[in-house]
Amino acid sequence: MPTLTIDGQEVTVDAGTTVIQAAEQIGINIPRYCYHPGLSLAGRCRMCLVEIETFPNLQIACYTRAQDEMVVSTTSERVLSARQSMLEFLLSNHPLDCPVCDQSGECDLQNFYMDHGQYQSRFLENKVKKKKAFPIGPHVILDQERCILCTRCVRFTEEVSKSNELGVFNRGSRSVIDLYPTKSLDNPYSGNVIDICPVGALTEREFRFKCRVWYLASQESICTGCSRGCNISLDYNGSRRAYKAGGRRVMRIKPRYNPDINKWWICDEGRFGYGFIDTDRIETPMQRTTSDLEPSDWDPALARVAETVKAAYSEKGANGVGVIVSPQLSNEELLACRELFVEKMKLTNVAALNPWEEPGEADDFLRNADRNPNTKGVEDLGYSGDAKAVLEKAAEGEIEVLIIFRHNLADGEAGKLLEKAKFVVYVGTNWNATAERAHVVLPGATHAEKDGTFTNFEGRVQRFKQALLPIGDSRNDSQIISEMAAKLGYSLPASADEIFEAWKGISLDELSGSGSSVDPDTAVQA
Amino acid sequence: MAIKVEEKQLTLLERLYVLEVVRGIALTTGHFFRNMAVHIARLFGLAKDKKGSTTFQYPEERRPLAPRLRTLHRLTRREDGAPRCVACMMCETVCPAHCISIVAGEHPNPLIEKYPTRFDIDLGLCVFCGYCVEACPEDAIRMDTGVLEFTSFSREGMVYDLNKLLARSETPKPNEESKVKTA
Repeated sequence: MPTLTIDGQEVTVDAGTTVIQAAEQIGINIPRYCYHPGLSLAGRCRMCLVEIETFPNLQIACYTRAQDEMVVSTTSERVLSARQSMLEFLLSNHPLDCPVCDQSGECDLQNFYMDHGQYQSRFLENKVKKKKAFPIGPHVILDQERCILCTRCVRFTEEVSKSNELGVFNRGSRSVIDLYPTKSLDNPYSGNVIDICPVGALTEREFRFKCRVWYLASQESICTGCSRGCNISLDYNGSRRAYKAGGRRVMRIKPRYNPDINKWWICDEGRFGYGFIDTDRIETPMQRTTSDLEPSDWDPALARVAETVKAAYSEKGANGVGVIVSPQLSNEELLACRELFVEKMKLTNVAALNPWEEPGEADDFLRNADRNPNTKGVEDLGYSGDAKAVLEKAAEGEIEVLIIFRHNLADGEAGKLLEKAKFVVYVGTNWNATAERAHVVLPGATHAEKDGTFTNFEGRVQRFKQALLPIGDSRNDSQIISEMAAKLGYSLPASADEIFEAWKGISLDELSGSGSSVDPDTAVQA
Repeated sequence: MAIKVEEKQLTLLERLYVLEVVRGIALTTGHFFRNMAVHIARLFGLAKDKKGSTTFQYPEERRPLAPRLRTLHRLTRREDGAPRCVACMMCETVCPAHCISIVAGEHPNPLIEKYPTRFDIDLGLCVFCGYCVEACPEDAIRMDTGVLEFTSFSREGMVYDLNKLLARSETPKPNEESKVKTA
């Protein structure tokens, strides 16, 4: 356990820790481009030079191991002038096209230049021209002129995605990052190179020019693409009003560091799978009057559901109403459903999983075949049985009212069964064939529009936070359930926080940032 | 230090009111006849050294504008006629009235890369502070058209789009009309 001094502060670190990591532990951030904690060490950018006593020359902090009695300075005059000189080198061939560059606002060249810039250019020569703005894959655009050759992206494709598409070609000032011949950056994790690129060389095709980054506000969330539960930041139009972006609110998704689940990474499907939050949404409650679905207010729609449920209940008892909840719902909504439908109404036909659902692609890194964020939560909360049995009963007429959450059960075999159902209530966020076939449609909120938790496949309970208001007239699902319960004569809490506190004994805010412990026997650790 | 203002006491004649009204009317009427006489005399080439009080015969006559006056915006063009604007959104960001909305698009030429597919200024919101001109890194927006009249019967009519803003892209010449016509 070496103890070293950095800028006068003593710190004891594990053997093998580098100086840059030791400095981070005491809150000193040394400027860096090529160093990334998730990748191997390259020592290419020379930006993290620090002065270490007993070393005649400046050393790169990312590669130098911390040793006992080391005395490091990150702010001495030599270090500052070295940083200035390094930035001058890195920018000598940089095109300085910040106005059109998507990275500006979150660019490390800009950030470090503010602190260590030369400001007066001494560069009289012509800049080396390289290839600008060309796609290298389905999601990524490369600008070789902006690149500072830190090789983070190259190391990512070598070490993390293991797909080896990118390399450094040519020598000296003509060095460029490029694809190997015949290759295209189309691996399922290609979007991560955009995040790790410290400059604007790699930009996101989907996000390009849609919004300047300083307009974005960010909220912590959980990816709903599969049962892995990767931690994400939802970047949405904050100070800029959404109408200026054509009504689009969520602009992009970035991975959020969680050492236990996704580290710094996220798959492309998750990264670009946010479209449903703003497109094709059900915005108002709908009721089928004669043959068409017509917009309605919440009160009459809920009253109609309650009436039909009551009628079915009095006619056939607990067998008369079927409910299919969804692993897309949060734990709190599942708890509310359980309390209302199972514990209070004692319904016998309550199912959760859709047996017809096609599994997605899976690999040994992040992607799971189960495309639902909360399947484990469904199991943990005691839901069993699949939708098929319930649908069959509905088709036979045994179930009078069928309440479906989120699922699309209108294709193939399920569709044939659903057609025969007498009265279908659909609670969901987006239009699908099931919603179009329902008799009452109640618009719910997506994970971006509500608070709650998902349980990932390992049993880790993770929180997602509300970033946006529910679109249009839609409502938080636990509120819908609570209001439905009120109409049926029961009383349920409407807020996710209350439900979570009753469930785990702590408030949502007390839940740890990286999620609860995986061990199911221990209580949720705050 | 506060200044003490002595309140002027009105005299009895002034307080009688009627006399003061008559004096006021006499002054106005005096000016009227004096100006009429001078203008008529100048019309016949007389009394060149005397100057009647002048009024700009707006809208036929216009006041001279200071060259730095901030007037209606215009977008400048490149040599090939395309807008200079690269949709960097600096003006939209700096605008205190949030009157600028830009939608950026991908330009087929990677050397230009980014261009505005829409550029709207809502003049009904604009406060004519000129920050957009200051912030522009490309000299793409200017407020030197000298146009002060932009009215509309609707709010939508006050929104100037890319085409309207580019229509005045030429550097305005000192307008003949805007020169003062002294009578």
